[in-house]
Amino acid sequence: MSSGSEAEVTAIGSPVGPSGGRRDRLAAALLPPLMALALAAVVGDLLILAFGEAPREVYRLLIEGTWGNAYGLGQVLYKATTLTCTGLAFAIAARAGLFNIGGESQIAAGGFAAGTVGFLLPAAMPALLAVPLLVLAAMAGGGVVGAVPGALKARFGANEVIVTIMLNFIVLALLNYAVSSHLHVPETLHTPEIAAGVIPRLADFSSTFRGSAANLSMLIVVAAAALLWWYLFRTRRGYELRAVGLQPDAAEYGGVRVGSVWTRAMIISGAVAGLGGINYVLGYKHYYEEGFATGSGFLGIAVALVGRNHPVGVMLAALLFATLSQGGLAVNALVPKQMVDVLQAVVILAMVTSVPEVQRVLRAGLRGVRS
Amino acid sequence: MSGAERSPTSAGSGPTADTPLADELAIRMRGITKFFGAVRANNGAELEVPAGQLHALVGENGAGKSTLMRILSGMYEPDAGSVRVDGRDVTGWSTASAIAAGVGMVHQHFMLVPTLTVAENVVLGREPRRGPSFDRARAEREVNELGASSGLVVEPGRRVADLSVGEAQRVEILKTLYRGARILILDEPTAVLSPPEVEELWTVLRRLRDKGGTVVLITHKLDEVMAISDFITVMRSGATVSRIRTSDTTPREIARAMVGREVALAMDAIGGMIPSPASGGDGSTTTTTQAQPSLRGTDLLAPVPAAPPALELRAVSVVAPDDARRRLLDRVSFTVAPGEILGIAGVEGNGQTALVEAIAGLAQFTGELRLNGRDVAALGVRARSDAGLSHIPEDRQRRGLILDFNVADNLILGRQHHFTSGPSLDRGRIAANARQQISAFDIRPPDATLPARALSGGNQQKIIVAREMGRDFSVLLAAQPTRGVDVGAIEFIHQELRDARDAGKAILLVSADLAEILALSDRVGVMYRGRLVTVLPRAIATPEVLGPYMTGAADNPVDELSIANERATPVGRPRDGGRA
Amino acid sequence: MIGIIFLAQTIRIAMPYFFAAAGGVVSERVGIIGLSLEGFMLTGAFCTVLGSYYSGDPWIGLLCGIAGGMAAALILAVATIRFRADQVVAGIAINLLAIGATRFFLRLFFNSSSNSPRVVGFGGEQSAGGLFATFGNPIVWLGLITLPVLGLVLYRTPFGLRLRAVGEHPQAARSLGVSVNRLRYIGVILSGALAGLGGAYLASDQHQFTDGMTAGRGFIALAAVIFGRWDPKRVALACLLFAAAETLQIQLQGLQLVPSQFVEMIPYVLTIIALVGVVGRASPPAALGKME
Repeated sequence: MSSGSEAEVTAIGSPVGPSGGRRDRLAAALLPPLMALALAAVVGDLLILAFGEAPREVYRLLIEGTWGNAYGLGQVLYKATTLTCTGLAFAIAARAGLFNIGGESQIAAGGFAAGTVGFLLPAAMPALLAVPLLVLAAMAGGGVVGAVPGALKARFGANEVIVTIMLNFIVLALLNYAVSSHLHVPETLHTPEIAAGVIPRLADFSSTFRGSAANLSMLIVVAAAALLWWYLFRTRRGYELRAVGLQPDAAEYGGVRVGSVWTRAMIISGAVAGLGGINYVLGYKHYYEEGFATGSGFLGIAVALVGRNHPVGVMLAALLFATLSQGGLAVNALVPKQMVDVLQAVVILAMVTSVPEVQRVLRAGLRGVRS
Repeated sequence: MSGAERSPTSAGSGPTADTPLADELAIRMRGITKFFGAVRANNGAELEVPAGQLHALVGENGAGKSTLMRILSGMYEPDAGSVRVDGRDVTGWSTASAIAAGVGMVHQHFMLVPTLTVAENVVLGREPRRGPSFDRARAEREVNELGASSGLVVEPGRRVADLSVGEAQRVEILKTLYRGARILILDEPTAVLSPPEVEELWTVLRRLRDKGGTVVLITHKLDEVMAISDFITVMRSGATVSRIRTSDTTPREIARAMVGREVALAMDAIGGMIPSPASGGDGSTTTTTQAQPSLRGTDLLAPVPAAPPALELRAVSVVAPDDARRRLLDRVSFTVAPGEILGIAGVEGNGQTALVEAIAGLAQFTGELRLNGRDVAALGVRARSDAGLSHIPEDRQRRGLILDFNVADNLILGRQHHFTSGPSLDRGRIAANARQQISAFDIRPPDATLPARALSGGNQQKIIVAREMGRDFSVLLAAQPTRGVDVGAIEFIHQELRDARDAGKAILLVSADLAEILALSDRVGVMYRGRLVTVLPRAIATPEVLGPYMTGAADNPVDELSIANERATPVGRPRDGGRA
Repeated sequence: MIGIIFLAQTIRIAMPYFFAAAGGVVSERVGIIGLSLEGFMLTGAFCTVLGSYYSGDPWIGLLCGIAGGMAAALILAVATIRFRADQVVAGIAINLLAIGATRFFLRLFFNSSSNSPRVVGFGGEQSAGGLFATFGNPIVWLGLITLPVLGLVLYRTPFGLRLRAVGEHPQAARSLGVSVNRLRYIGVILSGALAGLGGAYLASDQHQFTDGMTAGRGFIALAAVIFGRWDPKRVALACLLFAAAETLQIQLQGLQLVPSQFVEMIPYVLTIIALVGVVGRASPPAALGKME
């Protein structure tokens, strides 16, 4: 078997042969997402038809309601900001070979930390001091939640998938307890407004964005994405993290402490997810509210998959999913916005089933079309 | 054409194959060709075995023996050729139909479910039933009966996870017998067995044969072949090269057929697997009859060099990760001097991996470990590397390379902290390093941006050799450095190892290939069951001398005193100096 | 009397756990991670309501629930077995799909974004509570025997032996002519049927479908599977333990001894503790999550 499997691995595992050029590699990266979108479009058509509407009309409304006006665009950017964070969180853990399914609770913990620290700050604190402080608080909140599964994996080999899922329930229950029993504003499920550290909205600069939640958090998040790119692909730690993710035994051979990398990756992952909390807490409502990011943790998985765990890809995929999500609202008059939830799941399923054999057939087909 | 005329040509020995008529053959495989991707595992291979014969299928590692037998047992489908069992064409059949036709295979790596009991494993897929339920009592009774009649006694109610290796193998054979196997294929069955267990196995196989069963034994150990088989088929490079009656041939003749003429050096090595033909299976006292090589000059009595050993182990032990009572490495002590290659021979799985990983920092151990006189037992992998330890790991695809990283990034693995400026990797220096190593070690294609996965096995190995030897180091662990690489790369790597030795490096060479050990080493140690059972100067380490140690027949664990004596081998002696 | 009411309520709460956890055991025993139990349950609950609504017969609703769970499981099975999709991601995707699809069809069929109309169910009215409402429901009896029966199947039948072998060492099973992938399909789809039954119980107990009504019960069931170390008997006890904690919390609600959130956490905390190995190491089927 040894001689055989080695050859098979080489044949199946490398979509790009030795002669594969840049163009082939790009095609290999882009094909699965495109395939997934095509499948999603087919399913979308069917759902729209099931509701007795015309797909073309629905798609037109969807584009108009998102990229067609400033408000829609602002909402897309706002949603993409949150999704970029949860997507990056999943991506960096995945680069270290770990599944972080804990985005839901990590972003909640981040938002909670920012909101709680925020209302404790003196109101007079200048934004230049308060904002960085609260950003760090958000990252620390998410980072702590991420550290637990990382450390348990490194120390005891506890499966991080199960631990992060279980932690989602535990952390959300804890936050619920903290808010509902101690920190809430009466009659609501949110904390008091933060005293300092508000991040300005786009509407503060241009009235065309009026009503949209988009705010300058997105710049912080884009900077975080750039920093992560640098970390992953340009630093020694990033090199070691990727090595652990691809082949832990080889990384260990290369002097890398695999357990430390797992822990570090999960802390970073949690911190990045937690950073997503500022978008709502500092940039939009200025308080922590229960369930402010429900679903964005899981959607981050889809974002990371479609973005191929690459920071740039994740940002683009976040825009895509944000468009779908906002577009769902725009077409709600014709078809239920829940259609979008279905399509998101279809995209994920299509992405993970884009096995090499399927890809090979498709690439061969493409090549045939091109020539 | 009947099978008689097509006796494959042998490599020089001219076997007389008194082949029976085709319809009397239990197995007839002809022209079998099998590709795995671009690798041709079988190339027109042939096998003919009459019923009631104990047939040995021999050949070096990678000769295509296992592939051929997996085709016979229905696991693989041949790309060309035909398979007949009991005169029926069964080419390309399934595992299930092979089992139904009475063909059973015992794999090298056991196919047992550890959480199930012996009886459950034996009957799996063909369970006795009582109504809708599984008749456990009957299953256990049948296993007992089968055990009694075949001599394979195992308690049917025990969990397989609790069995010894020998017992597990009995279960494997019981599985095939339970399915009514009349043709039994065993793939390297003795690799994991102790000598008494091997004897038991022979008894069982002979009994099977005497009852009319057909046995094909895959092996590369010639003493086994001579001890047990009636007939021998020799494979080389995927093809059948010889078919000989065991009583008509000699180990040396088989060895020549196995290796072919082109590898002149390997004669001694193969001889090493042969105790004396007369010794049969009991292999206990065989060495004394062999002619001792002359101990030329005063080499052996040269004084111990004054320089401290570059690598020194004292009573180093490693226990199994899942069972602290089982020692993978048992109090091993030795030293390697600068300018010396210490070769570690031995059947695979006798602790070599644990030895290398303990030294490299990849396995926990007890005992003392010194690198250039410095105690490094507490240091991690990286610190040991920085202290001058290089390591060519035995499994390049799992340990040695990140297959999806490009060549340049693989050329810094383990040294990545030396290619930084601040927290960043210094891409310029990484690229320069890659350019230099690619040209110095002739890595092809010379493109540092290709993923390592895209390179051939030989060039992948060259990446590792370049990384580990193209830097400043004092001690090199070279584990199976040429496994699975092409001849050109083998020559290249061997020359690199010699040059490093001559440049004063200390090298620990671990290889399953005795020819390689003998071609390169200044001293040769043998590992058996986790212990270093002997260390001999190359001059007297002939295959005949080493063989009994490798099979556990001779046992002379190295104590502290003998280390001092054996280190006396001088540096830079011609590599074939031991040959008379 | 209080004891009996407590028992009755515990069993009622444990019921969906029994079914879904049984599904989890079957799925994980053939090597497919049971992350989609939640989705199977939700789909099952919705299909039950749909079936009951249009037929007026709770039994038809029940069958629809089982079929719905199986359909969702079939998607997972095809993705992970045929296309070798990553089990974790595919499992999560099935959950998202179930949430999205049930919401979509809730709108499509009942034009509501929160709940369906009331449908017929089993047993008495929910408000009746107590013994009769619990033990008058035939699904309860089914639920009580599910895990014990599963134990018999796993340990006492040839089919169970093969299931266990496939999850532990698929190559060994295959080398003996056992059809590994067929058993994996059977295991996953059976898991969907059982979890769908759990959803059907929920829906018929509450006489309607509400958005996201499974509320993490599929994950509690998965927790029970892990905490019970994949053994039906221990898993059943884990389900009862988790349900008893909830019951206790409900009964003591007025007293405010322990915040309800801390009781909610119990299954999850215990599962992590089990994974870390404090209460005896939980070692999953060896081939769980792996496709060779």
